[in-house]
Amino acid sequence: MTMLSRPVYGVLTPQTGKNHLLIADADGASAITDFAKKAPPGFFASAEIMYLDGPDGAKNVQALKALSPARFYQGPSIAAALPRLRQLLAESHMGLRLYVAGTEGLIGQIVQIANEAGIEYTAVQTEHRGSLARRVQCVHCKGITENVTTQPCTCAHCGLLLLVRDHYSRRYAAFQGVCINAEDPTEIPPTEEIFR
Amino acid sequence: MGINFRQETFRDDYSFKNSPEQIRRFPFPFPEDKYMYSVNIEPHVPGLKDTVFEHLFDVDEHYISEMQDRALVLAEDPLRCQSLPHMELAGWDTLELLMTEKAKSYPDLFTLTRDGDKWHWINRPLGIDDHFTFGDSSTLPYGPLEYITRQSQGDFAVLDQRDNNLWMDAGIVTTQADWSLDFDIGMNFFEWHAPVPLAHQMGVFTRALKFLMAMQQGQPSRRHNWTMTINSRLDTSPENFHKWGTDRATVTPENVGQKVHLRVEVQMFFRLPRSNALLFPIRCYLLKMDELVTSPKWARRFHRVLRDLPNELAEYKGLVRYRPTVVEWLSKYDDGAPTSAGLGPD
Repeated sequence: MTMLSRPVYGVLTPQTGKNHLLIADADGASAITDFAKKAPPGFFASAEIMYLDGPDGAKNVQALKALSPARFYQGPSIAAALPRLRQLLAESHMGLRLYVAGTEGLIGQIVQIANEAGIEYTAVQTEHRGSLARRVQCVHCKGITENVTTQPCTCAHCGLLLLVRDHYSRRYAAFQGVCINAEDPTEIPPTEEIFR
Repeated sequence: MGINFRQETFRDDYSFKNSPEQIRRFPFPFPEDKYMYSVNIEPHVPGLKDTVFEHLFDVDEHYISEMQDRALVLAEDPLRCQSLPHMELAGWDTLELLMTEKAKSYPDLFTLTRDGDKWHWINRPLGIDDHFTFGDSSTLPYGPLEYITRQSQGDFAVLDQRDNNLWMDAGIVTTQADWSLDFDIGMNFFEWHAPVPLAHQMGVFTRALKFLMAMQQGQPSRRHNWTMTINSRLDTSPENFHKWGTDRATVTPENVGQKVHLRVEVQMFFRLPRSNALLFPIRCYLLKMDELVTSPKWARRFHRVLRDLPNELAEYKGLVRYRPTVVEWLSKYDDGAPTSAGLGPD
């Protein structure tokens, strides 16, 4: 049974709306090109695509541009895209539809930013593609470690060895990390690469 | 009639202990010789004298020391008390409920005088005498929820009700059994209970949510939960787990009696009048194994419960490392005789 705090992702499906904002990373771009095959004619004339490079740089960019969206943005990271995204969401009205595709970390952070702008997570279309790498919040020091692929992982901030739980917080857009050897710090369990 | 407040600690030298009278009123949670999850919700009706249910909000001999421990936790980590912006009204509801009930139950300790929205609150055990305007946070030293729960034993979660669900949108949590308010705030009922094993499949949470959402004002309910704690530490938070986790490896046959505690949560549910939120106080009671075995019935029954506890539950409650030592120690107090019905110590 999957952990009930974990988000459930779907398949991007065109919604009726005046404006559409589609956000994808390198892994999610293919979800948007697949989505385009189902979209009604003229859909992208009222759509903006925000593309964020993945850890391996840009890929599939040309396929997205070929959809001829009204606006196309390419940025190097979520942090870099944040001011633009915040303004877009702040100025958007009820007719805006939001779609996110890509890694779990991307989806979580966009849902988090949308929520701050008053858009409920249930109103965001999401599709997971690509890596299962996790954002992990250390419950002890509260620091977030990005792109965690191993169990356990080391907190990038305080250095504790963390058990990565399936318990997930939308507010932090992160999984919970709890010290794995708190009862006996001399126990060092083997590290396995499991979130790929 | 007056309460003899103990000066004691829940950290460092752990001077906490229960008086014989306090042991007799301990809310022993096991009606049978075995334990499995159940919704086990009952009406929270005050009245049973010399029990922790004599009043809606129990004040006991640990009151002052528990409030001092809470202040220490909050000074170290203010994130233990949080309230999402839409929860302020529920905070005032909580303040009103706690003040009126405390003043009614313990008139020698607490006095509330109301003149319209001009309120005067006296808390004699903690030496507090404050005038404030009800509904105006700027007239209190903290937000309303934090102000009154710094004067009330137990953790408090405040649940907003919307979209056919309950949302953990405010709370103060400094005596918890290993869950993080900071991580869980904003989650719905199923999400914040997600890590609990077995119970979801049993439908426990679906039934509990249905019950809670239908709760009416003036008809509070309660249930028990339990775990165990090594040393009389109230703040068994995940935040500090790397500091207290090693305690679990320190249990020996010689120190079980003083070091190992049965930790019982009395969880209560109140519908709040203005906000329609649910107040969820989680009151923690600790009992040393030496204190528990002063009741032969409790000793026999707890031995059987702990011995036969399913492994998943022992794992979830964090008992795995020391359970065998404690079961062995308790077995000396279990002659195999049948136990009487009911929760009391006999």
